[in-house]
Amino acid sequence: MHLEYFQLIDRIAALDIGERTITVEAQVPKENTIFEGHFPGYPLMPGVLLIEAMAQTSGWLLIAHLKFERMPFLAAVKEAKMRDFVNPGDLLTIDAKLAHDGSGYAMTEANIRVGGKLKCNATLTFRHTPFPNADMRGHMEAMATKIGFPREAMAHG
Amino acid sequence: MASTFDQVATIIAETCDIPRDTITPESHAIDDLGIDSLDFLDIAFAIDKAFGIKLPLEKWTQEVNDGKATTEQYFVLKNLSARIDELVAAKGA
Repeated sequence: MHLEYFQLIDRIAALDIGERTITVEAQVPKENTIFEGHFPGYPLMPGVLLIEAMAQTSGWLLIAHLKFERMPFLAAVKEAKMRDFVNPGDLLTIDAKLAHDGSGYAMTEANIRVGGKLKCNATLTFRHTPFPNADMRGHMEAMATKIGFPREAMAHG
Repeated sequence: MASTFDQVATIIAETCDIPRDTITPESHAIDDLGIDSLDFLDIAFAIDKAFGIKLPLEKWTQEVNDGKATTEQYFVLKNLSARIDELVAAKGA
């Protein structure tokens, strides 16, 4: 997890296009300037970043579902629940499933667990469009390689 | 069985918290009911689920942006209901 670059996902652990599900891992750093302010003496992973982690997880699922031809953008967050604290050093297991595949938009349901315990969940809406430019697509291709995006899964999806 | 318009009006009323009795077949979802494009995604989702179809929002939006169609053709509720009926019929064909 590289908070400064908003790169929250470390590794894709499982991606099943047929079942429309994904599971990823994300290691919360033990130390980061964010924790100096949130909160002094009681560091917690901010809820908005947990929502972003669920959005990025859902995003990789949608990129796979859309065969790497379109880019999803977060449009709405519903029923986001922060059920328990997430602490520095926690290893997050984040799963998402495609709840609805609309025309130019999609909805997902995502969960974050630590050690099997549900920490937060949300229902998310995305708009998706063709990649706005080659730079962005190139960046996402590089990120996909970095986090182990299984390209072969798209061929069998 | 409720008409397509009645089902759509109920979906809009419940999704956007708009009084049901203010929604008529002549209502324009955007101009009269003030529904924006993001809120319309929730309506499209509910319509997709209720009718087992996929409203082609991207295609409609493109047609409007290209000047090939007017928003009235798709977003006046009697017209939207007719488009839904066409999609349902096409699905069963």
